[in-house]
Amino acid sequence: MTIAPELVAPDVLERVLAVAVERGGEMAEVFCEERSNRNALFDDNKVEELASGQERGAGIRVIVGETTGFAHTADLSEEGLMAAARAAAAVAKEGGGGTRRIALESRRVHESSVREFPASVAMADKLELLSQANDAARGSGDAISQVQVSYAEGRRRILVATTEGTHASDDQVRTRFNVVCVATGDTGLQTGYESLAKTEGFEIFDDVDVAQLGRTAAGRALAKLTARPAPSGEVPVVLAGGSGGILFHEACGHGLEADHIVKDSSVYCGQLGQLVASPLVTLVDDGTVTGEWGAFAIDDEGRPAQRNVLIENGILTDYMWDWLRARKEGRASSGNGRRESYAHLPMVRMTNTYLLAGEEDPDEIVAQTPHGVYVSKLGGGQVNTATGDFVFGTTEAYLIENGKITEPLRDANLIGNGPDVLRKIDAIATDFSMTPGTCGKDGQSVPVGCGQATLRITGVTFGGTAA
Amino acid sequence: MTELSAIAQRIVDRANDGEALEAYVARGTDTELRVYEGEIESLATATSAGVGIRILLAGDDGARAGFAWAGSLDQDAIDLALDNARENARFAAPDPFVALSEPDGVAAKEISLRAADFDDVSLDDKIAMTKELDRLTRSADLRIRQVDSADYGDSIVESAIASTNGVAVSSQRTNAFLSVSALAGSDDETQTGSGFSIGRRPQDLDLADASSQAVERSVRMLGAKKVPSMKTTVIFDPRVASTLLSVIAGALSGEAVVKGRSFFEGRLGEMVAGSDVSIIDDPTDLRAFSASRFDGEGLACRRNVLIENGRLTNFVYDTVSARRAGTVSTGSAVRGGYAGTPGAGCRAVVLSPGKHSSQEILSSVGDAFYVQSITGVHSGVSPVSGDFSVGAEGLLIRNGEFAEPVREVTVASTLQKMLLSMVAIGNDVTFLPGVACGQTLAISDFQLSGS
Repeated sequence: MTIAPELVAPDVLERVLAVAVERGGEMAEVFCEERSNRNALFDDNKVEELASGQERGAGIRVIVGETTGFAHTADLSEEGLMAAARAAAAVAKEGGGGTRRIALESRRVHESSVREFPASVAMADKLELLSQANDAARGSGDAISQVQVSYAEGRRRILVATTEGTHASDDQVRTRFNVVCVATGDTGLQTGYESLAKTEGFEIFDDVDVAQLGRTAAGRALAKLTARPAPSGEVPVVLAGGSGGILFHEACGHGLEADHIVKDSSVYCGQLGQLVASPLVTLVDDGTVTGEWGAFAIDDEGRPAQRNVLIENGILTDYMWDWLRARKEGRASSGNGRRESYAHLPMVRMTNTYLLAGEEDPDEIVAQTPHGVYVSKLGGGQVNTATGDFVFGTTEAYLIENGKITEPLRDANLIGNGPDVLRKIDAIATDFSMTPGTCGKDGQSVPVGCGQATLRITGVTFGGTAA
Repeated sequence: MTELSAIAQRIVDRANDGEALEAYVARGTDTELRVYEGEIESLATATSAGVGIRILLAGDDGARAGFAWAGSLDQDAIDLALDNARENARFAAPDPFVALSEPDGVAAKEISLRAADFDDVSLDDKIAMTKELDRLTRSADLRIRQVDSADYGDSIVESAIASTNGVAVSSQRTNAFLSVSALAGSDDETQTGSGFSIGRRPQDLDLADASSQAVERSVRMLGAKKVPSMKTTVIFDPRVASTLLSVIAGALSGEAVVKGRSFFEGRLGEMVAGSDVSIIDDPTDLRAFSASRFDGEGLACRRNVLIENGRLTNFVYDTVSARRAGTVSTGSAVRGGYAGTPGAGCRAVVLSPGKHSSQEILSSVGDAFYVQSITGVHSGVSPVSGDFSVGAEGLLIRNGEFAEPVREVTVASTLQKMLLSMVAIGNDVTFLPGVACGQTLAISDFQLSGS
């Protein structure tokens, strides 16, 4: 399966787009994608599984009034694309479109800035990293009873062309490394997790010690062996810098996606210009942060990535937009149109969503918290955008007693309501960092980044079992 | 022989000497339709296909396994996948437990998962049905202020598996579903509720039922508030009970157990649940939407009793995890499409029904918290440690009757304790999407966290 570097030639795209709108329709788009992945799994003390795969195809959509017709195909030949274009155009029943001449702009080509393409690195070098992380994790304590280390590389080349003339391509390379440890003790089993993931090539390992990733994951599992049950009820919570940033992703990120806004199914509807968070909060979604997990040159609608300020000093300044929802409001997309693959329709998605750092010393924030919980690592979360209620889970947390971090706590979810929790942030430190995550929405997964510095919430409901 | 079986067999025929080879070939045709405010918001139709190839290289210290997949059935894509699977196998560690499945003589149950008259419903009729779901939900109650989306979807899925061990099976299935998400409330309050209907063909879908679920679930939450933290008995509705069973099913995977990633490890033969609790995985039960004739390695699916009257009796195994555990496959290999390798997992879990109806359970508990939906299962529930903490919404039950609605609270316990604290199991077994059924389930001794 060798592919021409340009995936599909411009004249073919123009002819396919013309067919897509010949029965009517305001806009048609051809999204071509070629993807290759490789995974290596080190489990139970050995290289257990090596897998690789490739796919390519195109998704074609035709917009007619408020209706989107969509079809996809794994056949990138002109005939294959024409068949998909006709299937997508079938929603335009009235006809009367006539022949439109489509003229694409000259293609904006974004080359990958990767320094070392993972596919060109010897397999033995990758397996060596897995083994190093495994050994370090197992060496962290006799109670470490199982270690799984995984490596994944992916390259995704996309090409977008629309009847509006958009014509752009991107070459996205991502590399990921995960360690999951199990520790066994008198109280049963506990897990610890650490990951490294960037929109970069094999150079991500240049200044990261994978053994340290293994020790970090192991440390988390070991700490929880002696953990006491997490508290139940409202407590002050300090989230460590880089603990996940999932708080903002769930508390307001999803609620600021314009597809929820135009359907009036977000608590942030009609709140533009209003105070929706503590004045300390300035929140940005930014697809341009080079190398971060949610970064790209163009989104999956061909729009260049951009930096969008969503909340400034507590005031809601904008939502996130894709082409379809921006059109409704007569404005431009904010570069947030993303999709899992060519077989999916794009929708509004976050990229790298982060809280700007504050001015306080992280240690001081803890010292000035007489009693509460210190969360050093968060897991995932979930939100109901219509009610604003959201949960997020801890994977490493400690009690704060008399301004000091003391005993470890077992994992639990926290629950809150977005606008309420955002107003209760009363301190933000300087120690900003980003973490990678996978965001699921409507059955589609995309890579995203989250970032924050150490911060304190004056009260949020901790869902543990300790009454 | 089906077209896909022939493709799978042709791939198997290309195994070299000393290689064991398994080919999994799948093709699906999907229709997805979304209606919003009475109009079609999106309509998608497409067919996709792919292949997953496992190659095992035999050696003195065991076999080395490599896997590769391709999102196409074109010959050049298959050729590349074959090369890559071979290349990947060279780098794997030899493992004496690694092997392909061996046909074990168990006959697959004759069940039909493909509705013969699936195609009798036209696209226009599907559109009309989805528009009616949207309309019905909007007009059902004045307190419904918005229908977020009304969705219809269906698929025809075919697959075939062949191997150098003589496996040669194929299967076909059809599915159809309707779902709707309703928003109830006014300017200063919104509550949400969803409803769905699922079947093997569009003719089986019950749009009135889907609509009334969404309406009832959203409207009864109006006025919901956070309540103070307390110890309480929790009653899970069938959907929530199904989610709980799915998590427990994950811990009953023999693969998780042999690798020390399940709280059930080392507990075979022990009482792990109340004596009225039996948990059975039965993919041969046609009533389960996830029913299947063959597992992900081409062995016949079969009924496996995992917990019997409270005692842990077995786990589900695929070939490799069974060999690691010193036993045989239970026909429980599952795979996530052509791009995934097989692993051990449940497909159709049932918790043995109790004697009481949902209503009798509500009346008998006195005071409790009835949970209609939970969130944060992936972030707050661990099949390894057993810790369980989820966001919950539902209604308080006072003196056996539904009382005020509750939101923005969590309920927490441990899976180990929950299995031992099931105080009432409903007889209202409901077949749902996913790998587990659900029924009304009362469990004591939860910590509710609120204000």
